[in-house]
Amino acid sequence: MNARVDPQLLSQLGNHHLDALEEETIFLLREVAASFERPALLFSGGKDSLVMLHCAEKAFGRGQLPFPLLMIDTGHNFPEVTQFRDQRAQELGAELIVRSVEDSMARGSVRLARPDEPRNAHQSVTLLEAIEEHRFDALIGGARRDEEKARAKERIFSHRDGFGQWQPKAQRPELWQLFNTRIAPGEHFRVFPISNWTELDVWQYIEREAIALPSLYYSHPRAVVERRGLLVPVTPLTPAREGEQVQTRAVRFRTLGDITCTCPVDSPAASAAEVVLETLSCEVSERGATRMDDKTSDASMEKRKKDGYF
Amino acid sequence: MPALRFITCGSVDDGKSTLIGRLLVDSRAVLADQLAGVSRTGEADLAQLTDGLAAEREQGITIDVAWRYFATPARKFIIGDAPGHEQYTRNMVTAASQADCAIVLVDATKLDWQQSQPALLAQTRRHALLAQLLRVPSLVFAVNKLDAVADPVLAFKHIRAALLQFTQDAGIAVAAVVPISALKGWNVAEPRPGWCGHDGPSLLQLLEQLPCTPADAQLPLALPVQWVEKTAAASADTQRGRRVFWGRVAAGSVAPGAQVQVFPSGQRAQVAQVLDHARRPVDAVRAATGASAGIVLDREVDVSRGDWLVAAALAPQADAADDWDSPAPATNSPWPGQRELQATIAWLDDEPLAPGRVYWALHGHRWVKARVRRVVHRLNIHTLAQESAEQLEANAIGLVELLLQEPIPASAFARARVPGSLILVDTASHRTAGAVLVR
Repeated sequence: MNARVDPQLLSQLGNHHLDALEEETIFLLREVAASFERPALLFSGGKDSLVMLHCAEKAFGRGQLPFPLLMIDTGHNFPEVTQFRDQRAQELGAELIVRSVEDSMARGSVRLARPDEPRNAHQSVTLLEAIEEHRFDALIGGARRDEEKARAKERIFSHRDGFGQWQPKAQRPELWQLFNTRIAPGEHFRVFPISNWTELDVWQYIEREAIALPSLYYSHPRAVVERRGLLVPVTPLTPAREGEQVQTRAVRFRTLGDITCTCPVDSPAASAAEVVLETLSCEVSERGATRMDDKTSDASMEKRKKDGYF
Repeated sequence: MPALRFITCGSVDDGKSTLIGRLLVDSRAVLADQLAGVSRTGEADLAQLTDGLAAEREQGITIDVAWRYFATPARKFIIGDAPGHEQYTRNMVTAASQADCAIVLVDATKLDWQQSQPALLAQTRRHALLAQLLRVPSLVFAVNKLDAVADPVLAFKHIRAALLQFTQDAGIAVAAVVPISALKGWNVAEPRPGWCGHDGPSLLQLLEQLPCTPADAQLPLALPVQWVEKTAAASADTQRGRRVFWGRVAAGSVAPGAQVQVFPSGQRAQVAQVLDHARRPVDAVRAATGASAGIVLDREVDVSRGDWLVAAALAPQADAADDWDSPAPATNSPWPGQRELQATIAWLDDEPLAPGRVYWALHGHRWVKARVRRVVHRLNIHTLAQESAEQLEANAIGLVELLLQEPIPASAFARARVPGSLILVDTASHRTAGAVLVR
């Protein structure tokens, strides 16, 4: 959920809370680096992972990341994002590990029901395979508690069993700043250093720190069709259906993921400052406006997390 | 004003989730699609805004802490929606350990309010005691569902009297007792002057004014070393060749020139440079309690994760210099090492605390083995009496004697939060089993 305030209140609230959020995130990133043998940072090229990466640079110094970046590629990415991801990793001198859902399909560990179905849910399989392959014991992710109800319930240090499963009823209490990171072989942790950030915080921070993002986050003309209240981008993977009218509209993405289930919103916002203002007056949540795959059931995110999803 | 972290607690069905839903809706923090998602029968079910797990919706209870965010013109808020069910007290303890304020909800319809001092529910007492134990700075009682009783004025008067008597007996400071109806929104965000004989601020107005947790800033320096940076030589923003010791200042503050000693080795050094959390040098301003800092020392000393940097021991007094019986330097330390502790424990694991068993203890960033020697007493949460006990079951609170494998610079929790707190972890299951507060 967004912490919304009236635009005129923005100046009163200021952004000194961003310092506190940044400091907490950096503290958590150092805790992961110090507590685990083989951590990795999940990096998609999206805004949340770019904010985390920016904090990681501050935590460890330029070119000194103590963990590799891991990308689980659905094969359904916007090319602008993939390009941006590779460019950032190179600039940082970071090790980038890419594992793809299509490889899992070739191995037979992922079976699609239909060829064009969203592959977000199948990322879990590929992710768990990558964890096993590299023996990762902690994966840092950019999930925020304001995104979704099940996420709001998850600890910052989230224990996963040997099957990568989250057990919401048996979460470890998180007391003070004492993080119980002990694990048995085969288990791992998911760690969410920006848990306490909201969508608005992320945008205010992007603006303040002048963090570069893939261009899709800002207003651009795009061919879309309206479907069930969402704007569906017209791409080779998501063609217009019969009877649908293709229109070109000024849109931007609030969240970026698998092409087949990520939708843009109408927006003239062309800079981080304009997105901040738009976020302040927004009436629909980030996921509500943009994700087709979360709408299937109230518990879909929880179910996927139990199955090993981020 | 900094963001206020508060938790809501109380018994099952006291209306915690409804109250949070109400605060979110009335402060416009709920977006259209989220409200539509819980409004299938016409009227919004406010509790469903926060109960995010399928098992919670099935059973109509809150299992785990949900963290929520909202803001008013005056302040940003972070809410920990803690479960009320006794089975999940550990999660309430988790939430309370981070909170600046605890709101304990009291369901007026569950009490015999016609009596002048109705008996309170066990969970009301337990949560108020836990909040006090964890040094949550402000405790607020919100007497809920007063729209549903026949005589709300009398009900609030009697329940308030019972709450004040209980807290006085227990030595608990109360910031306020507020009458509300979370369902109707009465006196939650909007004040309802005179209702239930209450002319004070609404619950939200009260929260806007409450202080955040005060830091233990007046104490001598204590900094648990979180991360030792070995690559400082390659970094332009730190002094060449020196390692940087990163950590959060647990007590006191640190500035260049400070004399420190390493715990446990006792080696002394001077602070050559202090970096802030983002590696910028701190010169004029001291890094204060709560802040992450990077410390560069003036000489090479052996420091690892888990060690502490503490204010150097006081120089021996001049007239004591000839005294052969003067204590060893370590006892002069403002943070002397201890191997034997008396501590209050909130037991969180389903497997009871067993005297004689060895657990892992985490203090700062150091793991040590810990044996529980004996349970001194268990607290009866109904009578507040100290009872003898052989073990502590899940959700029990008691006083124990701990023996540690090696000394730690522990201090009373009432004096300093970070040096005064530990967790115990089961060596077999790795579950977090106990919240330990040093006496």
